[in-house]
Amino acid sequence: MVLTTAWVLGCGRSPSFGEREPFIPPDTEEVLARVPAVGVDARARERAALRKALAGHAGQLDMALRLARLEIEASRVLGEPRYLGRAQAALRPWWDLATPPPGVRLVRATFHHARRDFPAALEDLDAVVKEDPGNVDAWLLRAEVLGIRGEHAEAARSCARLTALTASLTVAVCEARVRSLAGHSRKAHALLSEALRHSGHGQETRTRALATLAEAAALAGDAGLAERYFLRALSLDSKDYAARAAYADLLLDAGRAREAAVVVMDHTQDDRLLLRHVLAENALGSSRAPDVTHALSRRFEESRLRGDSLLAREEARFALQVEKAPEKALRLAQAVWASQREPWDVRLLIEAALAAGRPEAARPALDFLQASGCEDPGLVFLAERVRSLLP
Amino acid sequence: MSRVALLSLLLASLSAQAQKPSDSYLRLTEADGQGISGRWDVSLQDLDDVLGLDASGDGAITWGEVLAREADIRRYVLGRLVLGAEGAPCALVSQGGLHIRRHSDGAYAVLDFDARCTGSAARLDVDYTLLFDSDPLHRGIVRVGAREPLIFSASQHFARVRVRDESPWRTAERMTVEGVLHVVTRADHLLFLFALLLPSVLRRDADGRWVAVSDFGTALWDVVKVVSAFTVAHALTLVAATLGWASLPPRFVSVAIALGILVAALDNVRPLGWGTRWTVAFVLGLLHGFGFASVLAGMGLSAGSLALALLGFNLGVELGQVAFVAALLPLAFVLRQAPLYRRAVVVGGSVAIALLACLWLAERALGLGVSVT
Repeated sequence: MVLTTAWVLGCGRSPSFGEREPFIPPDTEEVLARVPAVGVDARARERAALRKALAGHAGQLDMALRLARLEIEASRVLGEPRYLGRAQAALRPWWDLATPPPGVRLVRATFHHARRDFPAALEDLDAVVKEDPGNVDAWLLRAEVLGIRGEHAEAARSCARLTALTASLTVAVCEARVRSLAGHSRKAHALLSEALRHSGHGQETRTRALATLAEAAALAGDAGLAERYFLRALSLDSKDYAARAAYADLLLDAGRAREAAVVVMDHTQDDRLLLRHVLAENALGSSRAPDVTHALSRRFEESRLRGDSLLAREEARFALQVEKAPEKALRLAQAVWASQREPWDVRLLIEAALAAGRPEAARPALDFLQASGCEDPGLVFLAERVRSLLP
Repeated sequence: MSRVALLSLLLASLSAQAQKPSDSYLRLTEADGQGISGRWDVSLQDLDDVLGLDASGDGAITWGEVLAREADIRRYVLGRLVLGAEGAPCALVSQGGLHIRRHSDGAYAVLDFDARCTGSAARLDVDYTLLFDSDPLHRGIVRVGAREPLIFSASQHFARVRVRDESPWRTAERMTVEGVLHVVTRADHLLFLFALLLPSVLRRDADGRWVAVSDFGTALWDVVKVVSAFTVAHALTLVAATLGWASLPPRFVSVAIALGILVAALDNVRPLGWGTRWTVAFVLGLLHGFGFASVLAGMGLSAGSLALALLGFNLGVELGQVAFVAALLPLAFVLRQAPLYRRAVVVGGSVAIALLACLWLAERALGLGVSVT
């Protein structure tokens, strides 16, 4: 199994973690950094050309929007938030307008979403769907943001608005995702696998559907099925870091740390995957553990230095499982809880409260699970454990 | 919208990034003599974005490609920092060769430079504009001396910083002045003192009416009690709050201070029977201490000079109050017999202060524009 996963998933590069002191590379051929190859990458070439063109003709909305969308796509494919900033720069003349054109609003919402500024994202999305109720992207993203915030009913309404607008598989992915976030992963799975059977849609939607199915199966407690879906999804899109991280979590929960390490080790430029790598190496007690642990602490440190709290969830898990600092983990989990309620947020709040010996701190998560009628076995089990400790 | 854009947005939404955006790390330290030396780490990825370092277009930036553009890199990066000392710009001069350093998100070019300033570089103006035009998420993380780093962003790219740590005594001196200024420039502090001082040349007789005190000593002693109670109280809470032993929400403090002024002023018009004036001053002093703490918190004091800074600030507040009392008390003493003083100044003045306090109270309680102490 280890070898199969390595074969299916392996590809990419291992970043070097050492060399904190300034140095002079010994060889002029030494490769120091990877960037999009304008020589062979048509998208990179197009971005460069658009940027040059815009420098001479600021105010060209169509061109600026095209560039901004390409930059956002690049930020996803490369796992590199620098491109989010470049998308913002492309739309500079419109960015701070109170009522920008709908296209700008949608990019702005995507940007805010990626920066976990959910209220700002929703404000823009609500404005877009009001102005243009046929905007599929806006409804999809709105469902996603509401789902993350735990507003499942409103998220489901957003998905429902898509029915007449786009392919049934896209709608099914949207609905399944919301149901899974609400703790009804079994239903989500049934709904989506049914939809997948009846549709012959484009590869990207299918990939997304597979990843959603995989996560739903994992949350529903069917590890074997989840693993098969994860492998299929990742063989179609090895850059789906969310799916890769969820797969590594599945393996870690099953005590298969060695395989988890293989799944993430070549993609640790992404912080979430580096966290899974750290957890796996620490679980194995391997000789690489101190190095990767140190690398991750440095990322937290540098992220904190710039004033971001984007990594709070990863930090909470790191504090809980690696640093064994439950109070710190609880504090971070509570901070994350203030803005988002995904299954991992629920799990971290409860696990940190348990580890800190403060079951009452898990109360918001318990109330949340009760309100959404969560049926997913992992969370139900955790909730029961913590409830038995409450007076 | 095109299909490509649609899908990219959908997918981007489903896997929000976690890695950190672009930063640069700039360290400024005082060199021997008057100069400043700087070391600036700028990401190769960012430099490639603006300068196109990857000459071969193969997606790999080699050390050779970086070296070939060394002059451009220096010109570009150093051109986006303006340092000034005492209003005169400093000349930035490259030092040594380019180095590379690994940060958590990849390789950075390390540029060493000297800043040659004509004026004293003890206080430095820093204007940082690297990369903001191409990436508004960029942040400049600038360390000056041993101080906490400053974070520069597109909307906040200028700062005036002290390169050299001032001596603790100099801090104490500066904080004393801050304390004096705090008393004499803040309307609510002055009015509060005023409300407590106005009746000090009077006393209430058995049926509650104001009568003039016979000697200056009695009036002075009354003032000393009131002002000292206030000072002791605010010193207590200021120290407790600054050292993190106790805290109150700033909004609550500002509301409570306004309420305190109202109480003190109303007590002058009609005795409220809530205790002597020095106990009122003590309770209000406790509240003001929390207010002062928020002022001190914004001054970036180093732990070493904190004790002297606290002492200086309290001393300054006390000096300010004494100066105020010294100016007003003799005048009030001379006027104390006049019915006009009792009715217009004490009662009328107190009513005016009470009205103003009501206004502040409403403003602060409703969050219409909060000002602290």
